[in-house]
Amino acid sequence: MAELNIKERQAGDVVILDMGGRITIGEGSVTLRTAIRRLLEEGKKRILLNLAGVGYIDSSGIGELVSSYTAIGKEGGQLKLLNLTQKLQDLLAITKLLTVFDVYESETEALNSYK
Amino acid sequence: MTEETTELVLPSRIESIAQAADEAAKVVRRAGLSSDAAFGVDMAVREAVTNAVLHGNRQDETKTVEVEFRSSSRQLVIIVRDQGAGFDLDEIADPTDAQNLLKTSGRGILFMRTFMDEVEWSQHPEGGTVVRMTKKNN
Repeated sequence: MAELNIKERQAGDVVILDMGGRITIGEGSVTLRTAIRRLLEEGKKRILLNLAGVGYIDSSGIGELVSSYTAIGKEGGQLKLLNLTQKLQDLLAITKLLTVFDVYESETEALNSYK
Repeated sequence: MTEETTELVLPSRIESIAQAADEAAKVVRRAGLSSDAAFGVDMAVREAVTNAVLHGNRQDETKTVEVEFRSSSRQLVIIVRDQGAGFDLDEIADPTDAQNLLKTSGRGILFMRTFMDEVEWSQHPEGGTVVRMTKKNN
């Protein structure tokens, strides 16, 4: 079974990636990077990562979130985060990245924030 | 509980990180640590072995990473040694400084220090960097 599973759905002009599994060095990080690159190549720049199913992330995975955030920003898009687990929220607090990422607990609120 | 020691000698590849974490999970279970402590140990072991494989040994598979777990009723000590050239801890940038927040790497040491009670680095007399991490069994 893959380390990280990503299912894509569209809500207006926002692409929501429902993610499940682990974002760690190697396979998980590469899967996320590949998905983001593909969306940017397709011109999809408004991206919401639903992390409800991500139970574990390491420093490499956090680095990949940052890399995705800056890559999308450079293209004039926006990456936002939805449904962080408590552990992931703690890790983003420790790294002070909660001050960088736009984080939501409600999908509706997250989608409205792109308007 | 008497002290229990487990040693691993791992090749310098990414897969070794999960292998070390799997062994850490077994040691943690036997030691009866809390789930919070287990999460912290898992994270610290992964980050320490990642540093050893990537930055210490630079994924040179002729070099190994040694991981030792010393578990007692008082504490769990984890020692990770690589065969790299070493690094100057003072030159490691603080990843929480505003100017470093968007860097894609450099957070591993922060996690090791956050989740373990003590973390110390030294140079092994025969070469390589040694990191010694302690989790107290409260």
